Amino acid sequence: THTFYEVKGDVAVVRINDPNSKVNTLSIQMQKEMAEVMDEVWANDAVKSAVLISSKPGCFIAGADINMIQSCNSADEVTTLSQEGQKMFERIEKSPKPIVAAINGSCLGGGLEFAIACQYRIATKSKKTVLGTPEVMLGLLPGAGGTQRLPKMVGLPSAFDMMLTGRNIRADKAKKMGLVNQLVDPLGPGLKSPEERTIDYLEEVAIEYARGIVNKKIPIRKEKGRMEKIQDYVMSFEFVRNQIYKTVHSKVMKQSKGLYPAPLKIIECVKTGVEQGPVAGYLSESQNFGQLARTSESGALIGLYHGQVACKKNHYGVPQREVKTLAILGAGLMGAGVAQVTVDKGVHTVLKDTTVSGLARGEQQVYKGLNDKTKKRNITSFQRDSILSGLTGQLDYSGFEKVDMVIEAVFEDIHIKHAVLKEVEAVVSPHCIFASNTSALPIKDIAAASKRPDKVIGMHYFSPVDKMQLLEIITTDQTSKDTTASAVAVGLKQGKVIIVVGDGPGFYTTRCLAPMLAEAVRVLQEGVDPKKLDALTTSFGFPVGAATLADEVGIDVAAHVAEDLGKAFGSRFGGGNVEVLKTMVDLGFKGRKSGKGCYIYQPGLKTKEVNPDIGDVLEQFRMTPNPAVSSDSDVQYRLVSRFVNEAVLCLQEGILKNPLEGDIGAVFGLGFPPCLGGPFRFVDSFGADKLVEKMRRFEAVYGNQFTPCQLLLDHAKDSSKKFHK
Amino acid sequence: MSSMLLSTIPQVSSSLSESYCLTLLSVQTKSKKTLARPGVKNVVLVEGVRTPFLLSGTTGLLQRTGLPKDAVDYIIYGTVIQEVKTTSILRHNINQRTLGAGFSDKIPAHTVTMACISSNQAMTSGVGLIAAGQCDSIVAGGVEFMSDVPIRHSRKMRKTMLSLSRAKTLGQRLGLIGSIRMAHLSPELPAVAEFSTAETMGHSADRLAAAFGVSRVEQDEFAVRSHTLAKKAQDAGLLQDVISFKVPGRDIVSKDNGIRVSSMEQMGKLKAAFIKPHGTVTAANSSFLTDGASAVLIMSEEKALAMGYKPKAYLRDFVYVSQDPKDQLLLGPTYGTPKVLERAGLTMSDIDVFEFHEAFAGQIMANLKAMDSDWFGQTYLGKKSKVGTPPMEKFNLWGGSLSLGHPFGATGCRLVTTVAHRLQKEGGQYGLLAACAAGGQGHAMVIEAYPQ
Repeated sequence: THTFYEVKGDVAVVRINDPNSKVNTLSIQMQKEMAEVMDEVWANDAVKSAVLISSKPGCFIAGADINMIQSCNSADEVTTLSQEGQKMFERIEKSPKPIVAAINGSCLGGGLEFAIACQYRIATKSKKTVLGTPEVMLGLLPGAGGTQRLPKMVGLPSAFDMMLTGRNIRADKAKKMGLVNQLVDPLGPGLKSPEERTIDYLEEVAIEYARGIVNKKIPIRKEKGRMEKIQDYVMSFEFVRNQIYKTVHSKVMKQSKGLYPAPLKIIECVKTGVEQGPVAGYLSESQNFGQLARTSESGALIGLYHGQVACKKNHYGVPQREVKTLAILGAGLMGAGVAQVTVDKGVHTVLKDTTVSGLARGEQQVYKGLNDKTKKRNITSFQRDSILSGLTGQLDYSGFEKVDMVIEAVFEDIHIKHAVLKEVEAVVSPHCIFASNTSALPIKDIAAASKRPDKVIGMHYFSPVDKMQLLEIITTDQTSKDTTASAVAVGLKQGKVIIVVGDGPGFYTTRCLAPMLAEAVRVLQEGVDPKKLDALTTSFGFPVGAATLADEVGIDVAAHVAEDLGKAFGSRFGGGNVEVLKTMVDLGFKGRKSGKGCYIYQPGLKTKEVNPDIGDVLEQFRMTPNPAVSSDSDVQYRLVSRFVNEAVLCLQEGILKNPLEGDIGAVFGLGFPPCLGGPFRFVDSFGADKLVEKMRRFEAVYGNQFTPCQLLLDHAKDSSKKFHK
Repeated sequence: MSSMLLSTIPQVSSSLSESYCLTLLSVQTKSKKTLARPGVKNVVLVEGVRTPFLLSGTTGLLQRTGLPKDAVDYIIYGTVIQEVKTTSILRHNINQRTLGAGFSDKIPAHTVTMACISSNQAMTSGVGLIAAGQCDSIVAGGVEFMSDVPIRHSRKMRKTMLSLSRAKTLGQRLGLIGSIRMAHLSPELPAVAEFSTAETMGHSADRLAAAFGVSRVEQDEFAVRSHTLAKKAQDAGLLQDVISFKVPGRDIVSKDNGIRVSSMEQMGKLKAAFIKPHGTVTAANSSFLTDGASAVLIMSEEKALAMGYKPKAYLRDFVYVSQDPKDQLLLGPTYGTPKVLERAGLTMSDIDVFEFHEAFAGQIMANLKAMDSDWFGQTYLGKKSKVGTPPMEKFNLWGGSLSLGHPFGATGCRLVTTVAHRLQKEGGQYGLLAACAAGGQGHAMVIEAYPQ
């Protein structure tokens, strides 16, 4: 059973516990049982009040059951689901017996909608306790009364903030916002484990409050403060509210480029509810929920969600040895970034560089990363210092015999990589794994210098390491399964979403990015301004424009990769002239890190101007655009189709194991438009035939760079073939 | 204040020295085995005294006759809220002011700090010096002036002030002065908060009590017990370690003024002090912070006997423990007790006198429940079963920190002296004291009665 209740004195304690899952979700079964239990509670005369609590540590209710929504066949069906949820929570809201939601762990989506329908909410201050409405991240909206109740509870601005960002709110913040009424401290070990005892304690306190509410000793609504009264007064003017809707709408449009329907629908539902009353509001909510659930954007985002969950698991088993000490060679931006995400998980981390200044810079980067967290109050200064005590900076290989894994992040030169590999193998113990954080050099070429190639693997991180979620792990034919398992385990500990791909020049991610960047250079050479290029890419859904992306990656790195991969793959990787990039590097325009690239970067300035000197460079390499393939839309598809075609080719060649990892890698590592769900889902929804047709048109002008690969052609021929079912 | 304490020791002791001959003859214990070990010096408690623990502020010193010049080799004092001046003040108090009373200015002194077990640390440091053969007699003690704690400027202000002292030109100075903002001026008030978790001790105690399911009633009952027993002991004149003390401008104070026996009904009326509103720790079931000082004279047994003192007790095995400062902040006694018993080769049933520092009634009850839990013993103490609880008829019979008060640095000596006095009075052989302290630390010590 998912739900049952017991009566303690005059309080019914309703416990939620999905027996088939680690988390509670509002599945059909759960909702049915909940309704039955609540009917009994309402009918039981001995019961004066109720406490709603989860028996699972770390989870109250994590949300609605996504599969339940996805298995619907029409928008109307989803609308009906939404209306059933609305009805149930309406009964909870109108309950004659006060219901106290006792929240420990995640209280998200439908779980939060349930909680805010209750008369009172008590939450534990545990780090695991988070409240939020993440529906927007799945292309949906809070469809069980959330868009109607939240504005009343926390005010319009906060409600919009919650529903449009979908971010998690910690318990103490929730208390300040008025989302929960009372907080309870998590307990340490007593006569039971901390988790169990904390749940018991939460229940005890909640029962006390439930009785207090019945006895009128505890007010359900707290007296409004002066600021709240002022806010209410201001909000009572229609023109103020209209101004808010307008501001929020334009903000959403600016950020989403209108590519995401859900945020706009959320605004619409809230507006309808506030301006036209609850009947219209709830109807708008359920209907829009039904429509959103059927959009390709929602399908794409839910696909990414499932993919993310799948890529946060280790499919290679438990490694024989846990990595307790990790060494990183090279304290540059990457090396220090990897050090930061490792040491803050409690793994002893050695950061080695060849120069004192390099090491000092790297250690400072780690310190700054952690200190920023302290400033944001994510960790205390004590935790910061205690984390930093796990980091050892050094210039030599002393103590490397105790290291379980080495990740090298030295300069991208095969000779340097070989030298480093040999140095490491001379000092480490036999079980130690050697991982290379290269973005393009084939791992087997690096492993060629190794005495134990089974212990060599690629771990491709993305910059900035502490922000980018993806880790691309590259295995060669010789890499042992245990080595892979160990690398995945380390990556998961570092909090990464992981794809494991086969070896080859550029692996998967770099290989997809390179043709797109080559095309971007050609577009620039054809006279398109960097700002215009950025606008074209961002309006397609890329979070970062192509010119800005090149600056972020580093023009020198881009030139290096373009040259390497150009050699490996030949003319297919052509397009823009590599000399453009090389000339820029020679002039010192290495991108953001050097202050100049396609743009000029000035510290402290948020707006950036196009680098005026880049015009001369482009003038040198000017190409004449062909008007037949140079419309805005054509330019967009030239960029995207090369990316997508290369991704499909990676699957065809076996570099990728499945389309899912391909989508995750493209979205989380390269910023492929999330609303499209990744290159493979894009082919599915856009239509392989339509894409091939466009490519053939480009091929006629530019040649083999646009030749569709065989797998793409197969899908174009047979429209029933889909990468995702 | 301190000098007064020291100067009373020989007075009390000399009266006992008449029985000196007798004691020499009866060094051997009569009933149980002694904890004396070959090769380890016997360290004895000669005397322990304290001022009344006062809720009001006290300063100043009372001149009394002092120890013989060569009586003390070294002085160690525990104190918690400390500033740079403290050491010199103590030296000032201990030595200079009492020169007239016969103290030597040649006696070195230092302070130690270990939160609520600072004076325990002072004593055990002394035991170490004696055991190592470096000293023969030590004065150890603790002192706390809660009513006059140093309050620091904010870090920003301190930085500005320090830079100001280094500024060379008027322009630099003016620039620095101009940089002072309102935020600079707010002082850093010392709180009884953990450095590592920023949680106040009362808050932690409330969580601890909740973790062990200690009810409000249980806590209030224990607090009433403490006050009742303290009142009884005070009325019966058992608190003989207390010496009178003249508060300048006021009368002489000769007893602890925090003992208040209240009814359960009165106790129940109080609101939670830390976790509001549903917490269980209140002002009445917490120890209160007071001014106070305590001191003990400890010596090697030979020295004490040679000087004609009648020792009160042997200071035997002791341990310090440390655990998670967040969730187990106040569980020191639970961790320390089994460890010190094991060291001494004793069991719970061998102990006749228990004295635990009562930081909070909830903390004592939580410790008792932890010691009574098989699960806790197995999971956190690495034992096969529970530690076992001290029988209440042997436990804190003369009151405790809840009723007498808790001047951070001075409580440890009170515990030792009380154990010694209770052993004498009740005729027991072994006593055990235990205390918790900030930082998740704890202390426990076994004391053996000196043969009567």
